[in-house]
Amino acid sequence: MGQSFPPLFPPQASTVAVEVDALYALLVAITAFFTILVAGLFLFFGLRYRRKLESERPIQVHPPAWLEIAWSVIPLLICVVLFVWGVQLYFKIYTPPKDAVTIHVVGKRWMWKIQHMSGAREINELHVPVGVPIRLLLTSEDTIHAFSLPAFRIKRDAIPGTMTTTWFNATKVGSYHIFCAEYCGTKHSGMIGTVHVMEKDAYQRWLAGPNAGLPPAVQGAKLFEELNCISCHRAGATQRGPVLEGVFGTTVDLRGGGKVVADDAYIRESIVNPTAKIVNGYEPLMPVYLGQLSEEQVNALLTYVRDTLGKAERPKDAPPLPGTAPAAGSSPRASESKGR
Amino acid sequence: MSTPNHTASTHSEEENYLTNETTIQSWLLTKDHKRIALLYLISVTLFFTLGGLFASIVRLELLTPAGDLLSSEFYNQAFTSHGVMMVFFFLIPAVPAVLGNFLIPLMVGAKDLAFPKINLLSWYIFMVGATFAIFAVLTGGLDTGWTLYPPYSSTYSQSRVALAVAGVFIAGFASILTGVNFIATIHRMRAPGLTWFRLPLFVWAHYATSLVMVLGTPVIAITMVLLFLERVFGFGFFDPAKGGDPVLFQHLFWFYSHPAVYIMILPAMGVISEIISTFSRQKLFGYSFVAMSSLAIAILGFLVWGHHMFTTSQSAYTGILFSALTFLVAIPSAIKAFNWTATLYKGSVSWETPMLFAFGFMGLFLIGGLTGLFLATMGMDIHLQDTYFVVSHFHYIMVGGGVMGYMGGIHFWWPKITGRMYSNFWSKLSALLIFAGFNFTFFPQFILGYMGMPRRYHSYPEEWQVLNVMSTLGASILAIGYALPAFYLTYSLIRGKKAPANPWGATGLEWKTASPPPPHNFHETPIVTTEAYDYQSLPLSETPEKEGVHHG
Repeated sequence: MGQSFPPLFPPQASTVAVEVDALYALLVAITAFFTILVAGLFLFFGLRYRRKLESERPIQVHPPAWLEIAWSVIPLLICVVLFVWGVQLYFKIYTPPKDAVTIHVVGKRWMWKIQHMSGAREINELHVPVGVPIRLLLTSEDTIHAFSLPAFRIKRDAIPGTMTTTWFNATKVGSYHIFCAEYCGTKHSGMIGTVHVMEKDAYQRWLAGPNAGLPPAVQGAKLFEELNCISCHRAGATQRGPVLEGVFGTTVDLRGGGKVVADDAYIRESIVNPTAKIVNGYEPLMPVYLGQLSEEQVNALLTYVRDTLGKAERPKDAPPLPGTAPAAGSSPRASESKGR
Repeated sequence: MSTPNHTASTHSEEENYLTNETTIQSWLLTKDHKRIALLYLISVTLFFTLGGLFASIVRLELLTPAGDLLSSEFYNQAFTSHGVMMVFFFLIPAVPAVLGNFLIPLMVGAKDLAFPKINLLSWYIFMVGATFAIFAVLTGGLDTGWTLYPPYSSTYSQSRVALAVAGVFIAGFASILTGVNFIATIHRMRAPGLTWFRLPLFVWAHYATSLVMVLGTPVIAITMVLLFLERVFGFGFFDPAKGGDPVLFQHLFWFYSHPAVYIMILPAMGVISEIISTFSRQKLFGYSFVAMSSLAIAILGFLVWGHHMFTTSQSAYTGILFSALTFLVAIPSAIKAFNWTATLYKGSVSWETPMLFAFGFMGLFLIGGLTGLFLATMGMDIHLQDTYFVVSHFHYIMVGGGVMGYMGGIHFWWPKITGRMYSNFWSKLSALLIFAGFNFTFFPQFILGYMGMPRRYHSYPEEWQVLNVMSTLGASILAIGYALPAFYLTYSLIRGKKAPANPWGATGLEWKTASPPPPHNFHETPIVTTEAYDYQSLPLSETPEKEGVHHG
């Protein structure tokens, strides 16, 4: 910061920031050009054709049709360029790369609770390594919040009852602002924090430090047993729900038609509100966990299903993957994708 | 346009609508659209002043980075009250209910609106709604932001949400009734010879606005009812704990509130069309393009609401559609701006006060409209959403565009409404101060927004103080600019020169009758034989005689 005073740009500290700033520069140029052109012409005509006699009756000018067409089509073409670039950039900002490291972010009035996969937890602080893509999974325990990282040019709403995603790859070591950008009540402007971008070895040292706790996948495994999820979701005599090994990332057939990709948002929904979407071939037997578990517990379970069960071998006696549930016949793509 | 009636335009000795009856009852029970317009004028001026006071409080707090002047609770109430007052009780009614009410019957050559009693009813409904909202603001306050997003507004806020929601719900009916009245009047009550494409563009703009009012307002009413049920009776429409969806509220809210922006700006555009044509003595360039662009904006305005939600859980593919449609709205707006400018070409341009406001409108509306492109661009919006960039953008449109248009209209038709001329010097000074003060206030906010300063923040990091101090200083200039008219316009009522029927050499039917007009507007129904803005057939005797420059 602090190159010019007052500064005009926030620090440029992520891979997408450069492109966002380039698009911004283009938009500023377009705005300046048309403002100066139109307001300038307005002033110029206003002075050039200033009324000299009260009795003046100027000859009426009749506009040629090509002029109307020209000033409709040229702005349209500019809009097409902006639209395409904007859409392309939007997908870039909101589509995390496959190898991104996941961090859970939970908004709660008026703090940000961060859960790392290593088990480290933080409040209003986020430590990340430089040059590593980080995927943020966001939700809220109360009102809508928005996780805003201006130095990375990203922002995403944290909405109760659902899970949203964004990601970044930090390019510059340093400390940058975190804001809550969606108004959430009295201490909205106090719901701020700092993201610390660290060299990789410094980050490793930080991870090993006093913040280390039980990794969420391990917490999730414990919960999976404590809540007795295991009795219905394990292959065997008591199995009444889908077996979860290898499910994550596959396409699931739903009762009554329709398909859904078993992504984070779907798994989360299946935990808190399982009857919303029933896998084909199963009965709606599972209790609703909405309000029974904290968002952090849900995140731990989700991590367990995604990272541990998702990569696990499917047991021999398990039925085929949900995508290939009995009624639907066998779908080679779904089972092959997990390489059994 | 021509009319058989030139006798009424001379002296104001005869009966006019202001003096024909003088009792308080004759004002409070009037069915005269002109008097109802004045009732609205007084009400919205009051609400504007109240909204402006809250804005001053907000800007004063933001002079320093720490939240030290006010408590967070009071700060949140101040910006909410500012928004609610300005949006629902000033910007939405201002141009249509004051200027539209006064001028549409005059412009179409009618004695009154189609439903005079409903017109009076609309003012009473508006005042009841406003009373609810003001009561909420003054007793316990409202701290949800004018956008009233649940679950904060439904579950967590400790403030008077239900009362304010009821106020917005009630005031909506005033808007619907006004819209219905305008549509019926424009369809059924045009003078003989006044075909659709001879209508002044002010009337076209109000026709488009009325469609939005009639079709859009019921949706905000439904939304307010749902929010009320949720807040008071614990329904779960928007509560995820009960299976509801908080984002659903945003869809419903913006389905109305985005078109509502066009309720604020379209009538102002109509005013600007009249002013630019009159003060350059040219028929508005591309008349039919400008007329149709109003309708295009009104229709497209209903299809863009999702651009407020690019950072929510709304699907990216839905977002693409909304982004594309939003860019389309830019085209009719651009058509208007280009045509207004081209109208001056080879015209006879006179820089009277209303024209200064029109120029101010052009400058601010251009910046406001073009910065809208930033927010329609999806990848750009992520960084800008919910920052001061958005705050600045919509102030450029709604205040820079909407209020400039309103001020221009008040100054343009003041002689017609009151029969008095105001001070040239002070009114031009006011126009300049508003233009300068506005840019000084809001331009720094674009930069703050790009720096990442979120809106609705009571305190902020120290590195942003310089820009915030600039903004607050600009707001002080702006406040003086807005306060001045209260003095010179009031003074004009007492000491102002008597206004002739047509002080600006304009062509509309409203200038063919006396200033102020007689109670029934025209002594004989005017007959229209020419297109709008026909300056060639404007008789020389109707050009104002000033400073003896009468060489022709």
